[in-house]
Amino acid sequence: MTTRRTPTLAVFKLASCDGCQLTLLNCEDELLALAGEVKVAHFLEASSAVEPGPYDLTLVEGSITTPEDAERIHTIRAASRRLVTIGACATAGGVQALRNFADVDDYRRVVYAHPEYVATLATSTPVSAHVPVDFELRGCPIDRRQLLEVITAYLAGRKPDIPGHSVCFECKRRGTVCVTVADGTPCLGPVTHAGCGALCPAYRRGCFGCFGPAATVNLPALIPLLRRDGLDEDAVGRFLHTFNAAAFDKELKP
Amino acid sequence: MTHRGSRVLHVGALSRVEGEGALSLRVHDGTVTEARLEIYEPPRFFEAFLRGRSYTEPPDITARVCGICPVAYQMSACAAVEDACGVRVDPRISALRRLLYCGEWIESQTLHIHLLHAPDFLGRAGAVDLARTHRTEVERGLRVKKAGNSLMELLGGRAIHPVNVRLGGFHRAPAPGELRALEPELKRALDDALDIVRWVAGFDFPDARTDADLLALAASGTYAIETGTPTVLRADGTTGSFPLRDFTQRVRETHVPHSTALHSRLDGRTHLTGSLARFAVSGHLLSPLARQAAVAAGLGDPREGAVCRNPYRSILVRAVEVVYALEEALRIITAYEPPAHPATEVPPVAGTGHGATEAPRGLLYHRYALDARGIVTDARMIPPTAQNQGAIEADLRRVAQRAVSEHDPGDEELTDLCERAIRNHDPCISCSTHFLDLRIVRTSTDGAPPLGGHG
Repeated sequence: MTTRRTPTLAVFKLASCDGCQLTLLNCEDELLALAGEVKVAHFLEASSAVEPGPYDLTLVEGSITTPEDAERIHTIRAASRRLVTIGACATAGGVQALRNFADVDDYRRVVYAHPEYVATLATSTPVSAHVPVDFELRGCPIDRRQLLEVITAYLAGRKPDIPGHSVCFECKRRGTVCVTVADGTPCLGPVTHAGCGALCPAYRRGCFGCFGPAATVNLPALIPLLRRDGLDEDAVGRFLHTFNAAAFDKELKP
Repeated sequence: MTHRGSRVLHVGALSRVEGEGALSLRVHDGTVTEARLEIYEPPRFFEAFLRGRSYTEPPDITARVCGICPVAYQMSACAAVEDACGVRVDPRISALRRLLYCGEWIESQTLHIHLLHAPDFLGRAGAVDLARTHRTEVERGLRVKKAGNSLMELLGGRAIHPVNVRLGGFHRAPAPGELRALEPELKRALDDALDIVRWVAGFDFPDARTDADLLALAASGTYAIETGTPTVLRADGTTGSFPLRDFTQRVRETHVPHSTALHSRLDGRTHLTGSLARFAVSGHLLSPLARQAAVAAGLGDPREGAVCRNPYRSILVRAVEVVYALEEALRIITAYEPPAHPATEVPPVAGTGHGATEAPRGLLYHRYALDARGIVTDARMIPPTAQNQGAIEADLRRVAQRAVSEHDPGDEELTDLCERAIRNHDPCISCSTHFLDLRIVRTSTDGAPPLGGHG
């Protein structure tokens, strides 16, 4: 019997807040067990020991917002047998994709004293817009349980079991009273990808869509409901244009 | 390997820090002529896209500046917007906010101690590597970290980007029984935290001293976390405080004569925020248990004016702060009475508001201008790492100069020394809202070779 080679894991970061890779470090109960199953070959936030690729499984956090990162993602892809993007930034451009609907030069002038020196792209795009991606894990931030499912699935050589249904399913499963029906609270649950466990309605607020659009949604059908529940046109726009701005926008203008 | 007398060292990707940074060092004829902490986080433009958003949105949106201290952003944002609107929240809501913040302190400080910082003292590459030789200690650290996360998950919904925080308070206030259920885990974590202080106290600390002014919030009668007045302890021992509304007049980005780098400076001097500054400004207000732990660990008695200026020993102060945060969390839970309403109403008012709180890494300032409908017309955030950059670079120069003068180390050793000096300060580079222009201004007029090999 031959011993199985320990698979290698790499974690890379583009434009992001670090929250999704921190989710891995927040697996306190599983971290050391996981470390026994994989070799962490590149994870700058966690270790100064860095090994060259190829990596069996690469997790990428963050979106493409600079010319350097647009280049770097190709290098990362080439060094990765399986590439999984984690979080709203990597799968949909993240909150920084709000620049896609504005003039990035205006943004530069607002934030920087010397805007002419800031090298940035006019858009924030998901990794899949640049290289082929094997799997996209959604969320702002991702869910710890889903992350463990993705990692264990790839270690076992199977597809991750991440359902594409909406947050509404999770509310029903959890037994949470519908905040829209009961309180008239604007909620993106009907169109948002499951994964958080329907967290916001359980805390008596409407879902604000941090997992992005579910697999099949009819977003235009939800707009009149949001208007009925008190959001004016601007507020509806802001509601949809936050952490997964680019993804929801695509659903609105297919 | 470059020639030892004159060399340029560049480390393209710092490890075990939050976010992405690099360092570069210039040595000429045995003298360190330049030491820079480079920040190459891509700009994310938070201050730009906050314009035009509703005044209710900054708490959720600015949480996304940093996954490692989202509560700090939520709390500073709430404080600033509520200040603009002239609203003070129910004290029971303030207590809940402090409780949530304790969760973040416990989680984040324990993360830094075990996963980022301790490996330096024990010659390991990271926590997984450290667990091979110190499994009990790493497991203990993860247990305490988890207790902080449990608190954030219960009160905030989740540990990263909590969903339960809103302007004026919370969407849902927990029932007393829900909080009490956390007591066993927090009590065990408190025992563990005391052991962590003892463990860390046994590390070998290099001699070092920062001369930076120490800036932290000071609150009446309590160790400042979620509120307070900016207070500075200068290197000459004098102290002073100033109103929060003057923050951007006092903490300014300026040129230093020998460099084209912009630095955030307090009254024109290098300053440091974070654990060392908090211990210096509010140490006398620590709980008896935390104070005893500090004394036993060799930090001295803050009631008698003990101040720690050795950045390597910041790991000790962090461990003491974890003890304090756990005790404080248990105290708040015991005294907890649910507020009449989970949130105080905050009607919009045209005006400008200021908010500052103590993020685990240091003072985090927010300012918002609102119009009468509550639309944000201007937003400004000054994160701790932007303020600490000058002090970190001063440490880098000192560490590198001493090593070069004393035994002329090889590039690898020198790099290692410099990386340690940076990690002492737990820099949070993701929150680098003001860093990018610093780097670019510097490289454009410096004449230095452009930075290569980012990541």
